[in-house]
Amino acid sequence: MAILEVRNVSKRFGGLQALDDVNLSVEENTIHAIIGPNGAGKSTLLNCFVGKLLPDEGSVLFDGRSLLGAKPHEINQMGVSRVFQTPEIFGDLTVFENVIIPCFAKRDGAFSLNAWKGVRHEVDMREKAEQMLIDVSMQDKKDMTASSLSRGDKRRLEMAMCLSQDPQLLLLDEPTAGMSRSDTNNTIDLLKEIQAKRAITMAVIEHDMHVVFSLAEKISVLAQGTVIVEDLPENIKGNLKVQEAYLGTTAA
Amino acid sequence: MFGNKNDTRLLLVVAIMVLLAPFILQPFGISTGMNQFNAGYPDLMQRFVIFGIFAIGFNILFGLTGYLSFGHAAFLGVGSYSAVWMFKLLSMSVIPAILLAVLISGVFALLIGYISLRRSGIYFSILTLAFAQMSYNLAYSVFTPITNGETGLQLSLKDPRILDAAGASGSLPSTYLISPNWLNGLEMRDTFRLQLGDWLFQFNTGYYLSAILMLLAFYVSVRIFRSPFGLMLRAVKTNQTRLNYTGVNTRPYTLAAFVISGMYAGLAGGLLASMDPLAGAERMQWTASGEVVIMAILGGAGTLIGPILGAGSIKYFENIFSKINENILHDWFAFLPDGLANGVVWIVSKFTGDGWHLTLGLLFMMVVIFLPGGLVEGGTRIWNFVTRKNRPSRSTDKTYAPKHKPAE
Repeated sequence: MAILEVRNVSKRFGGLQALDDVNLSVEENTIHAIIGPNGAGKSTLLNCFVGKLLPDEGSVLFDGRSLLGAKPHEINQMGVSRVFQTPEIFGDLTVFENVIIPCFAKRDGAFSLNAWKGVRHEVDMREKAEQMLIDVSMQDKKDMTASSLSRGDKRRLEMAMCLSQDPQLLLLDEPTAGMSRSDTNNTIDLLKEIQAKRAITMAVIEHDMHVVFSLAEKISVLAQGTVIVEDLPENIKGNLKVQEAYLGTTAA
Repeated sequence: MFGNKNDTRLLLVVAIMVLLAPFILQPFGISTGMNQFNAGYPDLMQRFVIFGIFAIGFNILFGLTGYLSFGHAAFLGVGSYSAVWMFKLLSMSVIPAILLAVLISGVFALLIGYISLRRSGIYFSILTLAFAQMSYNLAYSVFTPITNGETGLQLSLKDPRILDAAGASGSLPSTYLISPNWLNGLEMRDTFRLQLGDWLFQFNTGYYLSAILMLLAFYVSVRIFRSPFGLMLRAVKTNQTRLNYTGVNTRPYTLAAFVISGMYAGLAGGLLASMDPLAGAERMQWTASGEVVIMAILGGAGTLIGPILGAGSIKYFENIFSKINENILHDWFAFLPDGLANGVVWIVSKFTGDGWHLTLGLLFMMVVIFLPGGLVEGGTRIWNFVTRKNRPSRSTDKTYAPKHKPAE
């Protein structure tokens, strides 16, 4: 069953047709990669999923509900979490606080005037956050200030924050951008492990073909604002259209 | 009390300091030349704690969410006006006056906050400043029937005062906690004087009422700081984008913080009017708004105890340091040769007396440059130096586990 359905989505910025009649469906409990050369519209498409951009035409359905016009926090409350290209974390807070905040957001909703009971007395939430840190093996860094983490750890922390909310759909925007090869491999392992442990659907935007082919169960190739191919990884490699999109000419 | 030893200890230390203030602030005998440095008289002690409340409330908004309001004096003023109206219409009891002050300023804060919080950063500051100046000017002109314009709102013999009209005599009544018709009553101005040798200690009803309310306000602020709500507010300060994508609607959080801090300001305004039942528009002026910003930053924004220290220091400067005039300086430097003494006095006098703002400005600059964490950071550094705990301070300590300041 498709958990995310993108139908005929178009988006125009002035004279630029960023997205042109995009159709896409992400199956439940799979890792779906969206690839494409620079300027293909990958990030624009992702921003349409999370409420940052409103497409000019078309519809985006998550679990049967439309995401269009919903605010980012409402979309998150429906069960969609997002990992950013540059990690967005609470830099001034500790690693532990970074992880417990999403737990509170999940339990208490978009707003709660929970101003009396101290955080230290919220035993359930603390345990949940501790467990999450163990899952991503960051428990020894829990009292560190998040901004002092290495880039790889920030990424890991951001994933932990998203996962602590048990999202149905996790959107990842170039999760290995700027990472070393070993960090990249660790991230791939982490994502695979998460996917094996939890019933979770992931949509990954990625440049790195190594990552894409190690992770994805299905790949959509975006070029010039439209999906040119949607297929299994093994069929994508030999696809002429894909080679053309990346290399610019018809490769032999 | 908070399940956290440090917080409980901090609250206890503050409580002891505040309750024993008539002794602590009166270290010099009254016939000595140092008497002018005694701060243990009711009027000033009341100011310490009332502005402490104002600064604690301001810190809930600024220290936690990072939204710098430059118009908080508007709520102080609204609180004062509401309280004086209560004295005029209902009774001289301070309880309904303070309740109304908190309520009205809360409603007012909801209105201003709702509009101002559509913007953040400098635009938010400018919006709040604009609203406060607008309130100030309206209080001066258009709203004269309510605010009595330039003269300021005062009590008069013709006021209805429904509840205690019976006791009205030829003179203006004074504010009370317990009506004079009951037992002997308890008026705000009642002061018990204790003279021990050359030392005079004054225990004033108004001060103790304000002090207890300040302790209560401080207790509530500690609870907010340590709660999930407070954690969300700190998250607003560090990364609003992430918070939105974490499923949190930041607007109601910032609005709630704004309203809470507005109510604190209203409480302070109501108390000011309870001590001295008059209210003028100048209480809303931008300088008053700026003062609370300086209090919070000087003491240490985002720390628990900082705003209280900041408020105390500034009020001390304003009332004590400003009294050091040229005559006093001449006495001090009398031991120097005449010409030299005149020179020294001429220089020093620029920094004391009416020039106290200059010293305060220098102090503020030094704190901002060398102690970004305010007086609290200074205290912690000294404490660590004395106890030789030279471990690098983790920045995580900043608000979560409070740096508490044993001395001061």
